[in-house]
Amino acid sequence: MKRGISFTQAFFTLLQRDLKIAIRHRGDIFNPLLFFIMVVTLFPLGIGPEPQMLARVAPGIIWVAALLASMLSLERLFKADFSDGSLEQMLLSPQPLAILVLAKVLAHWILTGVPLIIIAPLLAVLLNLDGNSYGALISTLALGTPVLSLLGAIGVALTVGLRKGGVLLSLLILPLYIPVLIFATSAIDAAGMNLPYDGQLAIIGAMLVGSLTLAPFAIGASLRVSTN
Amino acid sequence: MWKWLHPYADPERAYKLSGTLFPWFATLAAVLITVGTTWGLAFAPTDYQQGDSYRIIFIHVPAASMSMAAYMGMATAAFIGLVWQIKLADWAAASIAPIGAVITFIALFTGAAWGKPMWGAWWVWDARLTSELVLLFLYLGVISLYASFEDKVLAARAAGILAIVGVINIPIIKYSVEWWSSLHQPSTIRITEKSTMSTEMLYPLLINIAGFGLMIGAITIIRFRAEILARNGMRPWVRELAKAEEIK
Amino acid sequence: MANITIKTLLSANKLTCIREERILFDELSFEIHAGDIVQIEGPNGAGKTSLLRILAGLSRPYAGHTFYIDEDINRCRDEYNQDLLYLGHLAGVKCELTAEENLNFNLRISGYDDFDTSAILAKVNLTGFEEALAGHLSAGQHRRTALSRLWHSNCKIWILDEPFTAIDKKGVEELEQLFIQHADNGGCVILTTHQDMGIIKDDRLRKIRLDYRFI
Repeated sequence: MKRGISFTQAFFTLLQRDLKIAIRHRGDIFNPLLFFIMVVTLFPLGIGPEPQMLARVAPGIIWVAALLASMLSLERLFKADFSDGSLEQMLLSPQPLAILVLAKVLAHWILTGVPLIIIAPLLAVLLNLDGNSYGALISTLALGTPVLSLLGAIGVALTVGLRKGGVLLSLLILPLYIPVLIFATSAIDAAGMNLPYDGQLAIIGAMLVGSLTLAPFAIGASLRVSTN
Repeated sequence: MWKWLHPYADPERAYKLSGTLFPWFATLAAVLITVGTTWGLAFAPTDYQQGDSYRIIFIHVPAASMSMAAYMGMATAAFIGLVWQIKLADWAAASIAPIGAVITFIALFTGAAWGKPMWGAWWVWDARLTSELVLLFLYLGVISLYASFEDKVLAARAAGILAIVGVINIPIIKYSVEWWSSLHQPSTIRITEKSTMSTEMLYPLLINIAGFGLMIGAITIIRFRAEILARNGMRPWVRELAKAEEIK
Repeated sequence: MANITIKTLLSANKLTCIREERILFDELSFEIHAGDIVQIEGPNGAGKTSLLRILAGLSRPYAGHTFYIDEDINRCRDEYNQDLLYLGHLAGVKCELTAEENLNFNLRISGYDDFDTSAILAKVNLTGFEEALAGHLSAGQHRRTALSRLWHSNCKIWILDEPFTAIDKKGVEELEQLFIQHADNGGCVILTTHQDMGIIKDDRLRKIRLDYRFI
């Protein structure tokens, strides 16, 4: 009985499993996406259809909606594994927990973050976003949504054992989302005014690197508390 | 290296030690706050620009600086609890959270009350006020996470992790909020502070800051001791304590 | 058991567990050696599952330590996890995956990379069900899917919480035989069960009794 699975193989085994399960459970992918679209459509109805004003608030609306959609979809990240005992097995696996956790978050991001990035430009058209801003919108979403997933996963890991997690989760993680929101919307604003925005992108990139290295450990520690 | 900590990690000993420390904290805090506040409100000179309304600074600034310090204290305790698996440190962290939240709220409230005469509005999205608001949210997150767990030993551990995650994020949030507000409000009115402050204003302020710090320490000790008793209710030493109380 | 020197695999040192303000067990100490089959006995609510979870390192005791050979399990988690197979009440079987996919995942995540899933599933009488989604299997088959990992394991320490639940008589006998074989090869089994075991005789079985305590 050889035990020769490397960290990378373990990572991809878990990634593959999570993607497979999600594909057999397709509804879970589309619901957060629909939520994202609905929230964005509500804003013109609430504040009026004037194109100038919509263009002014579009970055903020899209990003706030993305934030909420990401948070809502995250709630289920560890739930199923927690309730059927697979999570315990992962905690007891000889593979480093941080790597397994990272695989789960990546799978989740592929399933919920990527569709968001693809659909966002369409919604930006509805909101009359400035033509120059599309590149910034997509690049901030591409760099920012993984940060949201990683930070959010900490909150999810802390609340997965609780019966009522939803509202509590938002209280725990929305404050942590603020920096991403600020820099992402400001990058899109800057792009709209034809100003360089690579500074903001670099900061979001730094946040991504930071959360990529630190969050898995926090998520792991939180899971150990939750399964206690 | 950390072996010296372990004797204090015994709940009974921690309970007794904190009991002897409490009078010192409480008395010193009462004296300092009385002196600082009276000096600040009654004897410090009137500000030539803001008149007497600036005097709220003697509450606002101590509360604001201590709100951050309390968070640091909470996160440090949580870190010790997490790394060296000392439950008492987790409990200490959990006992600081509500106090920190109240102090943060006081800082926000006095800030808003000060903003009314200065800026003409109760709330201005000033960088410092905004990050104080986010700090309040972080505290509330820790408190409600702690409240949500039925097993309070676990609750304290979970809240501790959140506190540590928060403390890593505080500088980032603070920096981003400052950057954000400078982007959106290039010409905010600056409150005249420390640089132009005369020593007659500075001393009562410093005394009050120290007083607030000790007061937080004193209230933390009360809550910490209650926490120890609540978690050890079934232990013989707590029962004996309760019996002794009854006889009195 | 060929070896004369008894090798201690796992030892509990003054474990105390408190749940909902109730002491489940206080300063519990014992040693588990290679070759042992240990049953944790006691009424419902006595803390059997809590004890197993503490031994597995999933829960943290209120006080006390668990040692793997001679090191605290918190200090050598990686080595300990290499040598530990824990199966709880919840089996860690995904309903959305087939029996084969479940086994494949469980083994790979434990680090094994050369195995024949259909041969292993045949040992738990799941031949013909390899492609069935675990959600469509019966409770017993579901449980067997989880237990199939036992047939491909080189972990010395097995901690099993109610392994016989939903398993038929013949299946229980096969499991018991497997446990004896595992113990004879220098491993140990720690389990809880409310069923009587037919093959593992009392002289082979060590019992640790937990009683329900009212304080």
